[in-house]
Amino acid sequence: MRVTFTVNGRRTEADDVWEGESLLYVLRERLGLPGSKNACEQGECGSCTVRLDGVPVCSCLVAAGQAEGRDVVTVEGLADHARRRALARGRPYPEGAADGPALAPVQQAFVDAGAVQCGFCTPGLLVAADELLERAPDPSDADIREALSGNLCRCTGYEKILDAVRLAAVRQGARDARDDQEGSVR
Amino acid sequence: MTATGTPTGLSQGSRTHGGIGESTLRPDGFLKVTGEFAYSSDMWHEDMLWGHTLRSTVAHAEIRSVDIAEALATPGVYAVLTYDDLPAAVKHYGLEIKDTPALAHGKVRHHGEPVALVAADHPETARRAAAKIRVDYAELPVVTDEASATAPGAVLVHEHRTDHHSGRVPHPNVVHRQPVVRGDASAAARRAEVIVTGDYVFGMQDQAFLGPESGLAVPADDGGVDLYVATQWLHSDRAQIAPVLGLPEEKVRMTLSGVGGAFGGREDLSMQIHASLLALRTGKPVKMVYNRFESFFGHVHRHPARLHYEHGATRDGKLTHVRCRIVLDGGAYASSSPAVVGNAASLGIGPYVVDDIDIEVLALYTNNPPCGAMRGFGAVQACFAYEAQMDKLAAALGTDPVELRRRNAMSQGATMPTGQTVDSPAPVAELLRRVKALPLPPERQWEVAGGAPDVRALPGGLSNTTHGEGVVRGVGYAVGIKNVGFSEGFDDYSTARVRMEVVGGVPVATVHTAMAEVGQGGVTVHAQIARTELGVAQVTIQPADTRVGSAGSTSASRQTYVTGGAVKAACETVRERVLDLGRRKLGSYHPAWAHAGLRLEGGKVVTDAGEALAELADVLADEAVEAEQEWRHRPTEAFDPVTGQGNGHVQYSFAAHRAVVEVDTELGLVKVVELACAQDVGKALNPLSVVGQIQGGSTQGLGMAVMEEILVDPVTAKVRNPSFTDYLIPTILDTPTMPVDVLELADEHAPYGLRGVGEAPTLSSTPAVLAAIRAATGLELNRTPVRPEHLTGTG
Ligand code: FES
Ligand code: FES
Repeated sequence: MRVTFTVNGRRTEADDVWEGESLLYVLRERLGLPGSKNACEQGECGSCTVRLDGVPVCSCLVAAGQAEGRDVVTVEGLADHARRRALARGRPYPEGAADGPALAPVQQAFVDAGAVQCGFCTPGLLVAADELLERAPDPSDADIREALSGNLCRCTGYEKILDAVRLAAVRQGARDARDDQEGSVR
Repeated sequence: MTATGTPTGLSQGSRTHGGIGESTLRPDGFLKVTGEFAYSSDMWHEDMLWGHTLRSTVAHAEIRSVDIAEALATPGVYAVLTYDDLPAAVKHYGLEIKDTPALAHGKVRHHGEPVALVAADHPETARRAAAKIRVDYAELPVVTDEASATAPGAVLVHEHRTDHHSGRVPHPNVVHRQPVVRGDASAAARRAEVIVTGDYVFGMQDQAFLGPESGLAVPADDGGVDLYVATQWLHSDRAQIAPVLGLPEEKVRMTLSGVGGAFGGREDLSMQIHASLLALRTGKPVKMVYNRFESFFGHVHRHPARLHYEHGATRDGKLTHVRCRIVLDGGAYASSSPAVVGNAASLGIGPYVVDDIDIEVLALYTNNPPCGAMRGFGAVQACFAYEAQMDKLAAALGTDPVELRRRNAMSQGATMPTGQTVDSPAPVAELLRRVKALPLPPERQWEVAGGAPDVRALPGGLSNTTHGEGVVRGVGYAVGIKNVGFSEGFDDYSTARVRMEVVGGVPVATVHTAMAEVGQGGVTVHAQIARTELGVAQVTIQPADTRVGSAGSTSASRQTYVTGGAVKAACETVRERVLDLGRRKLGSYHPAWAHAGLRLEGGKVVTDAGEALAELADVLADEAVEAEQEWRHRPTEAFDPVTGQGNGHVQYSFAAHRAVVEVDTELGLVKVVELACAQDVGKALNPLSVVGQIQGGSTQGLGMAVMEEILVDPVTAKVRNPSFTDYLIPTILDTPTMPVDVLELADEHAPYGLRGVGEAPTLSSTPAVLAAIRAATGLELNRTPVRPEHLTGTG
């Protein structure tokens, strides 16, 4: 069958999809988007987390056909998603480097906080963490733990992942604060 | 005097940023957060096929027949291979003992052993075709523990052993046995005023790295194969793969693809030979990716163990003697069991001074899943038991458990049970002091001022099983000792090639090693070393492959020590050559070139007085300077087979933990509230990574304490829980705050004084959590992991 859907803002078609194929398989093996990871393929680890119409899902548990006509954001589209969100909310967004768009704040925070070791859990965690920060810009530690409890990481012990999400929240908050100041001057 | 090429206008030398001791960021971080980093399961080739493994459904059986006809006839299937298709005379591989068949031969010895292979155009086609292979098994009795393995007339797991341990072991189902005897434990026992004994059980833990076993094998025009896989040691893989493929090593070219964690589980081969066989047979690239279920069968696990200990002490709390016996279950194939035995034996009493010792450690062959390397490697099981014993002894003496440990703690100059002198700092008492001095987390953290309790902070969490009633707190301590690097006389070397040249007007260093980056951050540290030694800002890390000499394994906490040492040595050679070049080119312009003590710093050649002599870019101009160095740590020696004496280890590392737990005694639920660690790292080359390693290692130990266990049916030897639904690893909700106190006492024998970091934190976190649960509940708890039924007395 053919599946037509939007992936990272682009209308995309996948052909010859067999009914049993997961969204994860189609993204990784048919569309050349291997950023979403395949650590368990049974909905237990969260490595394959993508957003389907805005909702974080385990793409390994979504049949490819279920994505028909819907909107998917993967880690590959996260920076762009964050940029659009910032623009839509009238917030500034970090300038991209010459070789591409800037990282989403949560991506940069993961690098800066040392939240990446082997990195296999990272794409799924980033998608989940970014969604949390979209919903709750200033989450408590308990909120962060709750939001990320479906994402296993075997390397880090999670402490630096917490640091990263806190850092991303602060940086986004810091920008908000500056916005407000500028706003009051104007 | 000015001439062309004369350096003018140079300022003082300036420090090169991003060198050792700084928390520089991972060079692969950007790729990993954007999803662009290519892990082994992301490999892709036009026209590639998918490989699949058929695994045995029984633990021990004769294979009467294998019928592949129907599988082969399935549309989309390109090849089906069995033992009969192995192309060479060599059909077995193994890290030390070559007892593992590439595909089952006549017999299967454990549940999940590979029996046949399929290559097809879609992974599902391959899986379905494999399901059509008919294997006729005649089941054999299984041996699963010491009693069944060594009973008279016991089934022999390997009927015709000829390995070098076979002549010395007490029974053919014993892989290896190592005693360590020092002083006279019997006589000392008569002097003891208090004696405590204990029997302990340590469950089977899984590495549970997230990136599944996977990779791509591409057949090459020369009849060889190019392999892109996730592994811990490229050259060891190649040495095992090539003979089974019937190829010379140079025709098996290996490139490390992205590794999603390892923790010992990638030290043995998994899909490497299988994908290569399929690629060579079909003439097409073959990709293999295990799913999680298969991954539980695709790698060796941590040895489960039964441990018996006897500790004696005088009334004032001095240890008189320790006697212990540790039986490790090695499962069906040897893997690294012999080395695990050596570690458990030599480190079996922990970081304590005891003169009279009697240790016996052995590993069994059984029909259980094969066990081998996992973070902590034999030292973990022992630490769980000897630390429980120390607490027991403290209770018997009425002494504070930390005080008892400190009274017996070893320090630099101590003698190990093996007779080896600990010739670098051994701050055992200090680590305990530090971890104890950290402030305790507040009591009753679930209480929210004026509101309902935050159940997320309670045992049971969002299950809302308690609001604090029946919840008790306990605090526990533990400390451990781990060796660094490969021991017992192993030639534990590494190789590094370093080049320096000018690219785009700036000096750039390139580092090429075969080190497997498995997430530990070796690539970060290599760049830091090159910056420090060569004074350049830009360092390129080449992909790890077999075009450069072996780096040894990314295990045993050894890579920063050994491959870091090799990178440092290669950089030193490059530096000397660059300075020679400078002397030849520019030496006549400035007398300082003649002096020793020139450094490369901030892109310049700098005198020890800080004067800049030349830009590196000018010195190098269009020349590239390259050096390759092999580097070895101090030699070690084998342990005496009877007494266990010998200078078997290179370096020791030490970590101490304090665990704070809260237990719901009604439901038997545990919440670890805090897990604090103090560790001596010699020198933190990258403090951020060091802390990350300590937290990650501590978490794996926490998992072992309260949830992780591969359950093997004692009757059928079948694995019961090969999934993340049933094999639980800690989530972010199970993992507490983890304060880390890093101590840096240099080891003068090691590069930069560093001490391997990755493993020590895995040792003491398990017993610390157990001690805390005991303190909270008053229960004895002699097995790990602790399950609710152990706490409620219902299991
Ligand atoms: S791969 Fe989808 S949840 Fe693990
Ligand atoms: S960084 Fe390796 S699994 Fe999270």
